[in-house]
Amino acid sequence: MNQPNSNLEGEVGSSPITRTLALLGRISIGGGRRFLGMVGGMFLLLSTTLSHIFKGFFLPGASFKQEALLFQMVRVGVRAIPIVVLIELAIGMILPLQMFNQLDQFGQADQIATINAIAAFRELGPLMTAIVLSGFAGASIAAELGTMVTAEEIEALESLALNPVRFLVVPRLMATVIMTVMLSVIADVVMVAGGWLTAIRLGIDSDVYYQLTREAVNVTGFMTGLIKAGVFGLLIGLIACYLGLAVKPWQGSEGVGRATTNTVVYCIVAIIGADAVFTVIFYSYGLFT
Amino acid sequence: MISKEIFLPEISLLIYAKSQFCTRHVRTMTGPIDTAVPIISINGLEKSFGNQRVLEGINLEVSKGEIMVIMGGSGCGKSTLLRHITGAIAPDKGSIKLFGQEITTMSEPQLNEVRKRFGILFQSGALFNSLSVGENVALPLREHTKLDNTTIEIMVKIKLELVGLREHADKMPAQLSGGMQKRAGLARAVALDPQILFYDEPSAGLDPVTSAEIDQLIIDLTRKLDVTSVVVTHEMDSAFTIADRMCMLDRGVILKMGTRREFEALRDTPPEQLAEEQDRLIRQFLRGDAEGPITQRKENSDYEEDILMVSLRRQTK
Repeated sequence: MNQPNSNLEGEVGSSPITRTLALLGRISIGGGRRFLGMVGGMFLLLSTTLSHIFKGFFLPGASFKQEALLFQMVRVGVRAIPIVVLIELAIGMILPLQMFNQLDQFGQADQIATINAIAAFRELGPLMTAIVLSGFAGASIAAELGTMVTAEEIEALESLALNPVRFLVVPRLMATVIMTVMLSVIADVVMVAGGWLTAIRLGIDSDVYYQLTREAVNVTGFMTGLIKAGVFGLLIGLIACYLGLAVKPWQGSEGVGRATTNTVVYCIVAIIGADAVFTVIFYSYGLFT
Repeated sequence: MISKEIFLPEISLLIYAKSQFCTRHVRTMTGPIDTAVPIISINGLEKSFGNQRVLEGINLEVSKGEIMVIMGGSGCGKSTLLRHITGAIAPDKGSIKLFGQEITTMSEPQLNEVRKRFGILFQSGALFNSLSVGENVALPLREHTKLDNTTIEIMVKIKLELVGLREHADKMPAQLSGGMQKRAGLARAVALDPQILFYDEPSAGLDPVTSAEIDQLIIDLTRKLDVTSVVVTHEMDSAFTIADRMCMLDRGVILKMGTRREFEALRDTPPEQLAEEQDRLIRQFLRGDAEGPITQRKENSDYEEDILMVSLRRQTK
């Protein structure tokens, strides 16, 4: 039975092209398997976390760690406020500046207020907040959990009959969701304010800027931005917790470093991907006009 | 006048504290070893990681109240065996019974109920770095009991006094030395008054005096708290100080199990009087000799295998 296989291997190995194709095939299959394993693991982690959150809120006797949640909210969100404000203010100031000349040629310079407001509330507020939090909170969560694995702290938790998901993942995941939403509201406002600073410098009247901004922003646009922010926060928390806990005890600092880097990369890819999906869905259902 | 409702719990706590205090300060009393009752029972345990067989046909019984030392060289499978007994890893085959209950078939909530009845001291101490020493010890009490904060605070002081760290309750783990971290880990392990204590390399990385202190602490806790102790170590001085019985593991197989006296006799027997290769191997390990069957085996197998593998790889290319 083994003979045909070894013949086949010999044939594959005979030509450099086929050997390269075989190698590519092996890499693709291996990579695909790893990707599916990771996605499956994340869904499992999400369902376990949601069941613990549900139990914590609704089942009598099950405790819900409010102090841990508040601690994580401060760590994830409050400390990120200055960097989010700085980035959104800069984008809010740059975007109208880049568009001014083109719009002015058509006599539509005032419209920078409309464009800036739509970009802020629908897109750049939640997106930039999530990208900042990927590096700020996601990397920190993954590094912390990875270090806990290598220091035997997760095993110690389990030996004390404490569930690491309930104890560690629930507060972190909830904190990233809540704080991404809250920070994106701040980001929206700051970006509009940044646009206003540029607008008055370019000679656009403040009242006109305010009026056009109010007309551009409606409840639907605001809410879709918040929905996006919530999902981005969920992705950041989920990816960071999963990759942090997936570090093996024997991988040491190298494993923690890899988990941290991967968290930032995967979070940004997942956020951009989710953003594209949301935009298509919202346009398809006529929520964006 | 002080009411009974307030006063009674405090009296019982004082009695509890006194009994635990005696544990640290009176070292001569010894508790009974009940050989009729195996509190841990392992039968036919097998485990492989990929193609590598890590544990093979492990049979082991630990009686109530005794200190069992599991020893062996690095990578022999002793820590893996310990992780099986504590339910951290599921075996491929075989049975593990704790307190007479089969743990290999238990669900996670059932296993958690068993976990509350034993404590583990990890090699690194495994204290939670974000919590103070006192909070580390308080954690299992907060999570698994309905005690109020004042009682928990008193309990934490009692447990820390037991290991000589009462004054360090407010410190963070990073502020403690290696020996103090292990003692704090021990205080956390005994927080719920367990019936079994597991120690993973308790003396690893400690200076001789601190190591001796930890050994004495293990003996004291076992005798006075009437717990059963299972210690995984390759520090022979420590093993001969604390063990009631010993078990030698090599390449995932138990080579010998017996009382401390039996192992002492084997250690002190000249090699020429030992007929079997296995006994000579155990003797070398116990004495820490630079030459003997273990060294020969390493030299022979690794070198030849390495050379063969290189030449095979060249041929196939």
